[in-house]
Amino acid sequence: MSITEATDKPVSDVDRFVDKARAAAAIVSTIGSFEEAVDYAVDLGLKKELRRYAIDDSGVNLAGAVKTIAAPLLSGQEFDLLAAAAETHGLDCIGTGLRSHLAGVDIGLSYGDIGIAETGTVVVNCPDEQLRLATMICEYHVCILKRSAIVPDAYAAGQRLTEFMLDAPTYTAFITGPSRTADIERVLSIGVHGPLELHILILED
Amino acid sequence: MDAKNLKEYRKLCQESLDNEYLRTTLDTFAVAYRSGRANAFAGIDIDQLVADVAQMKDDTLKQLDDYLDRFTRMAEAAGVVVHHARDGDHANRIVAEIGHKAGCKRIIKTKSMTAEETHLVPSLEREGFEVTETDLGEWIVQLRNEPPSHMVMPAIHLSRYHVRDLFSEITGKKEDEDIEKLVKVSRNQMRKKFAQGEMGITGANFAVAETGTIGIVTNEGNARLVTTLPRVHVALLGIDKLVPTVADALSQIKVLTRNATAQQITSYVTWVTGANQCGAAEDGRKEVHFVLLDNGRREMVADPLFSQVFRCVRCGACANVCPVYRLVGGHKMGHVYIGAIGLILTYFFHGEENARNLVQNCINCEACKDICAGGIDLPRLIKEIHARIQDNEGHPLPSLLLGKVLRNRKLFHTLLRTAKWAQKPVAGSDGFMRHLPMIFFKEHDFKALPTIADKPFRDRWAEIRPQVENPQMKVGLFSGCVQDFVYPEQMAAAVALFKDHNVSMVFPMQQSCCGLPVQMMGERSASRDVALQNLNAFAKEDVDHIVTLCASCASHLKHNYPVLLADDPKVRPDVEKFCAKVIDLSSFVHDVLKVEEADFVGDGKSVTFHAPCHLCRGLGVKDAPRNLMRIAGMDYRESAEEDVCCGFGGTYSAKFPELSEQLLSNKLSNIEASGAVMVLTDCPGCIMQIRGGMQKRGMDIEVKHTVEALSERRKKK
Repeated sequence: MSITEATDKPVSDVDRFVDKARAAAAIVSTIGSFEEAVDYAVDLGLKKELRRYAIDDSGVNLAGAVKTIAAPLLSGQEFDLLAAAAETHGLDCIGTGLRSHLAGVDIGLSYGDIGIAETGTVVVNCPDEQLRLATMICEYHVCILKRSAIVPDAYAAGQRLTEFMLDAPTYTAFITGPSRTADIERVLSIGVHGPLELHILILED
Repeated sequence: MDAKNLKEYRKLCQESLDNEYLRTTLDTFAVAYRSGRANAFAGIDIDQLVADVAQMKDDTLKQLDDYLDRFTRMAEAAGVVVHHARDGDHANRIVAEIGHKAGCKRIIKTKSMTAEETHLVPSLEREGFEVTETDLGEWIVQLRNEPPSHMVMPAIHLSRYHVRDLFSEITGKKEDEDIEKLVKVSRNQMRKKFAQGEMGITGANFAVAETGTIGIVTNEGNARLVTTLPRVHVALLGIDKLVPTVADALSQIKVLTRNATAQQITSYVTWVTGANQCGAAEDGRKEVHFVLLDNGRREMVADPLFSQVFRCVRCGACANVCPVYRLVGGHKMGHVYIGAIGLILTYFFHGEENARNLVQNCINCEACKDICAGGIDLPRLIKEIHARIQDNEGHPLPSLLLGKVLRNRKLFHTLLRTAKWAQKPVAGSDGFMRHLPMIFFKEHDFKALPTIADKPFRDRWAEIRPQVENPQMKVGLFSGCVQDFVYPEQMAAAVALFKDHNVSMVFPMQQSCCGLPVQMMGERSASRDVALQNLNAFAKEDVDHIVTLCASCASHLKHNYPVLLADDPKVRPDVEKFCAKVIDLSSFVHDVLKVEEADFVGDGKSVTFHAPCHLCRGLGVKDAPRNLMRIAGMDYRESAEEDVCCGFGGTYSAKFPELSEQLLSNKLSNIEASGAVMVLTDCPGCIMQIRGGMQKRGMDIEVKHTVEALSERRKKK
């Protein structure tokens, strides 16, 4: 037991990450395995109302629309798990073809590469367009972050960030909470053009 | 905003003053911003962070071309086409050509001050493109066909009702004024624009040389969609956005978001490196262009004084704390760029004709300098531009006259003495003028003006000069004109207090006005001549300290003289010695005399404080006067916004009386709300302003210089 603790991340970084992410209106939970993330994503999909947007002059088309989970770049095994659980509950699960879903994706499931404790930020390096789109156009973004990936501040992530960017082309996202605005009367409103909610699942590793 | 002259400009400012919604909004924001920012910076050494970012930007500037080369090479290696634009028109042409060549029609755009600077959108619309602003605030002002009124919050001048009506027109049905719902209207409406956009245009908050990456700091998520969905991406950015490394960019983000919106970080920071995968492009690769804009930047940074502008991170904080911005809003406080930095950038990017009136609307309170993320000396730069414009276009008569008069001490003092006789028919027995002489504008009627004293301090000096046996130190008194000729009793109070502490004093008769009024009016050379006079006046006196009761004089003597006289290496040692000795009243009494409770007979009188701009910011003196009130046995009650300008600003109050009046009115209300029966301050100009306002409003609150209150409570020896 004591050996595990010694090799553990210092608790303070993780605690700080959780506090800061919550302060930025993210919803944070801890999970023990990828299966729990699957349950979480499917539950969330079932709970939330289906929403679609007009993407051309024909307006919003809800006929035949099925709640969809987008989860690109999962391993084959992980994707199969998710797809099976989704199907059981009548949800669609996609890993590609995001551009034909611009009218709306309900849940976007992704991994985060780094967690920055100082600001509660998840870093998602996404040269892959499908992954990028999944985290942008979904209504609810569920992001799995390995506990070991949490660092105290952005400078501690500097080296890895530089490595990401030297491996060009790439598209690196700092995501802190849901999309927001204060453009009308400086009143904070959550959910503008990006996800309405950000769920961070800290995966014990 | 087009005003041909100062008179027209003042009229435009008056329109803002009459806009109650705008005023209330900006008031609320100014107060909320300060506490929000303090929270966002909790646990961070702000001064150190600002100094680090400033140093990083200064170092970058020294090797600007190297870093630009590096950035260009890295970006090109990753598939980006890099363009260099001389000026705004050139940049707009480049962007239009990219669009035409790629066969794009529908453009989606994020917020970009650089695009505002070049007037990119109207230019593209003239070329036949359909451009949609995707940022909520920008979209709102675009629909209203208006420019943004704040660099970070473009629609801060509009209410939910304005937005409701606007959105109702777009959707064709009656929208609710609930802000959440209005935000969702934009979410619903914009998805189609994102889906159909063929070209995306963004700005950038930084450009990283070592990786060729650009970074965009946003909250709404629109920038992510704009940089991802269309097959073409064009980023327009100034060459000042360059930083050497990713770590440098991280430092900049750290100060930017906290200073801009009091956020520890924004929802998104988007780092784009190279031509990314893009399903909408034929070859699966996005077409990416970076357009690097000069438009006066190189000229600006080549100027030794203005090179510091390179440090600006466009956080907009200088507007957030500007008392004048708070009254008139961004449409009147900038051409394209807004706030203190806006006044400066307008001159370099949009020319003298657009900067002429704006640069005069700085009250020199230094709130912007105090908050600046890059540590830029904004008020100094604004004054310098004012001086340059006058040198170029000719000096207005009043400013020229004042310069001429101040250069000649004897003439100046004779005029003041003559004014004493001239005012006789209108002077009241209470020390205020009954009716204003013709020389003052009628708009100046918002405060009662004091009369010139019967006998200036310099004429009293021979009588009151105390003999001090066994002096502990020798002090030179610098009175400044107001205390010499209007409030000599404040000087007398200081003399009595100092005498008790065995301070021997001299008052060099050759001293004159400190020169700040002519500096404020853009009379640089007169300002320099006056500085030299004062330097010479004190050169012969071997004093330990030069004490002044006027915070503005102290700050000007201490900080501006070295700059004004920098061109003459012969006087440098004298200037350094002089400046090191200059000290304000409160610091002298508190830190040098080290007075104690036992020195005073306290009476528990309730007092509040007005912190003069040039004391709390100019000299960084915050605790001394407040401690002194407690030491002298007064009951100090803090009032709201003690460190916000009272609206005097020397010659500013004559130039912009309407704005000065409103600032004064806010100040008086805050003082009144403290419940104190007396207000103290450390600057005769502030006393003139506040006392005059009290008299006009019929308020029964005493206004005194700190030294008067201290001297009155001296324990008799």
